[in-house]
Amino acid sequence: MAEKLTIGKALNAGLRRALEQDPKVLIMGEDVGKLGGVFRITDGLQKDFGEDRVIDTPLAESGIIGTAVGLAIRGYRPVCEIQFDGFVYPAYDQIVSQVAKMHFRSQGKVKVPMVIRIPFGGGIGAVEHHSESPEAYFAHTAGLKVVACSSPQDAYTMIQQAIASDDPIVFLEPKRRYHEKGEVDTEATYPLHASRRVRPGTDATVLAYGPMVRTALDAATAAQEDGRDLEVFDLRTLSPLDLEPVFESVRRTGRCVIVHEAPSNVGLGAEIAARITEECFYSLEAPVLRVTGFDTPYPAARLEEDYLPDLDRVLDAVDRTFGW
Amino acid sequence: MAKGDRGAPARGKEVAGEPAPDFVQLLTPDGERIDKSVGADGVEYTIDLTDEEYRGLYRDLVVIRRLDAEATALQRQGELGIWASLLGQEAAQVGSGRALRPQDMAFPTYREHGVLYCRGIDPILPLSLYRGVDQGAWDPAEFKVNMYTIVIGAQTLHATGYAMGITKDGKVGGDDGEAVICYFGDGATSQGDVNEAFIWSSVFHAPIVFFCQNNQYAISEPIEKQTRIPLYRRADGFGFPGLRVDGNDVLATYAVTRTALDNARHGQGPTLIEAYTYRMGAHTTTDDPTRYRVASEVEEWQARDPIARVRAFVEKQQIADAAFIAEVDEQAKQEALQLRERVLAMPDPHPLTLFDHVYPNGSPVVDAQRERYAEYLDSFEGSAH
Ligand SMILES: Cc1ncc(C[n+]2csc(CCOP(=O)(O)OP(=O)(O)O)c2C)c(N)n1
Repeated sequence: MAEKLTIGKALNAGLRRALEQDPKVLIMGEDVGKLGGVFRITDGLQKDFGEDRVIDTPLAESGIIGTAVGLAIRGYRPVCEIQFDGFVYPAYDQIVSQVAKMHFRSQGKVKVPMVIRIPFGGGIGAVEHHSESPEAYFAHTAGLKVVACSSPQDAYTMIQQAIASDDPIVFLEPKRRYHEKGEVDTEATYPLHASRRVRPGTDATVLAYGPMVRTALDAATAAQEDGRDLEVFDLRTLSPLDLEPVFESVRRTGRCVIVHEAPSNVGLGAEIAARITEECFYSLEAPVLRVTGFDTPYPAARLEEDYLPDLDRVLDAVDRTFGW
Repeated sequence: MAKGDRGAPARGKEVAGEPAPDFVQLLTPDGERIDKSVGADGVEYTIDLTDEEYRGLYRDLVVIRRLDAEATALQRQGELGIWASLLGQEAAQVGSGRALRPQDMAFPTYREHGVLYCRGIDPILPLSLYRGVDQGAWDPAEFKVNMYTIVIGAQTLHATGYAMGITKDGKVGGDDGEAVICYFGDGATSQGDVNEAFIWSSVFHAPIVFFCQNNQYAISEPIEKQTRIPLYRRADGFGFPGLRVDGNDVLATYAVTRTALDNARHGQGPTLIEAYTYRMGAHTTTDDPTRYRVASEVEEWQARDPIARVRAFVEKQQIADAAFIAEVDEQAKQEALQLRERVLAMPDPHPLTLFDHVYPNGSPVVDAQRERYAEYLDSFEGSAH
């Protein structure tokens, strides 16, 4: 069945379906119950599934993740909401030292099938700690998988796949795109850990994920006017990366630009650029370039448009790959 | 509301909005003075201020409420990105803020606009943060108020460390000793950081007052999601005194905070004060409290308004006349007007400032990015951009 939903509503529908299909699925977090979360992603779920399954927790992120580990050991499948990206750090120890390592340490005897949902990225005019892109911290940690959705379809499908997976998954949601609408096929099936070509093109390859996919697509549309045909990928899975289709693309285009909001220093772009250089060295017409947030703390709201990659900065980087 | 029975501390579940019988109160919601009030710490509290001081507290309360209302209006008009209103918490903030002595240091959350005002911080400074112009960078050393902290509970450890430093510097033990006050909310008490701060301050006997404004809610979550016992009783398990005060009573709040700070500066260690109050407005301007609380609860608290009772008291006692009340209203109006004008006139920051102050010693990486971005911006010069 296909219907038009926003990313936020699609996540809500996906969570609802997961709760319906598996009685072990729990939702927990700050304000997720009566309020339905500050972004209303869990709206109505507590009303329909009860306080036992949709749990307003005390205000403590380490507590949320740590108790979710215990619930997972006990056979539940917790879906934890972290209210904003910048508030995941009190739980960082639980995530990188406990969640990530249970399976490895127990030689596969203990699984912690949990999902950590994080609305991430900027562009909403917020005060500090509400606009960050912490993906690299998690992608750097073996034992965690990290995915980012960018469309209503993926929001709906990926959240269910993440919940069904036995891997602990950090699930990044593009908060500034929550209200963007798109078709959702509720029966669609495709793999979770796969990148996707969202626009075919011949002249240069642009890679993005989460909120930057829309930016990359807009840049591609604008580039068309200059007679440049950009191929755009939505990476979707940040750990593990799925780069085979990207390598194939870069071998054809010879040019690649990576876009993310997170700072460039030791960010996802660095890893991707290294891998592309290793795999596509003889096809490259220019170095792989990155368009990212700056290596500064996320700035005050009135400077965030300068900080965040936008269409112009993407096109500027594309230009530079042609000027090489 | 009549003052409740001050018997055994309440047991069982804490429920948002239910009256707390076990608090220190010196001024009833009707404006009646209570002579003495015994706290859960066994101490008898009283207060004797000059008429001038009573009028001063009234003036503070009225002005900060008016400035807060102005900020809310500015947000509604798109001039601030967001605003965290203190409506309903004026007495907790003025009572504690005025109890500080000049040498004392405060660590606020993001809602202590009233405390800032009492410390002489220009109200434009927190507004620049909420406008998104900067991150509220006043100089903590100048005003003896640390910057706002948005990450819930983090400042409690900073405050504790600062207090440990006071002890190390030998600045406790006399009337001129220093003390720290640390603000946080009821929700914050669940954070590990806050509990660690309690442990540290207790073990190191730090000169600190933990001032918890229990406004009954952490966004949508009522107090019973955080605790089963009154919050002030948590102190007992950490090894220092705790007490609850009527946070809508500026006199009681002043009295208990003064005493706790003076105890701290004299080397008697930490105190936890739970100021029992109510967040009359939304959590912030992005919040919709009708989704999680009923109007009747808000109305009940309306009847315990922190300002109305002071006004009733000063009028009844003939400490203030109609002319004074009118003069304060006029002052509040003028200050709000000025604040509005200054907010509207606030320039946007220059883009390149986002590269400033990342490190005390600078960084070649940041410098290179600043340079590259300046060139990039210049490339648009003269174009339609
Ligand atoms: C570590 C962290 N987690 C979550 C948040 C989001 N958040 C902001 S305010 C708030 C509720 C705080 O409640 P309380 O401590 O009672 O203070 P109040 O806002 O009521 O004054 C939450 C959950 C945050 N700022 N920091």
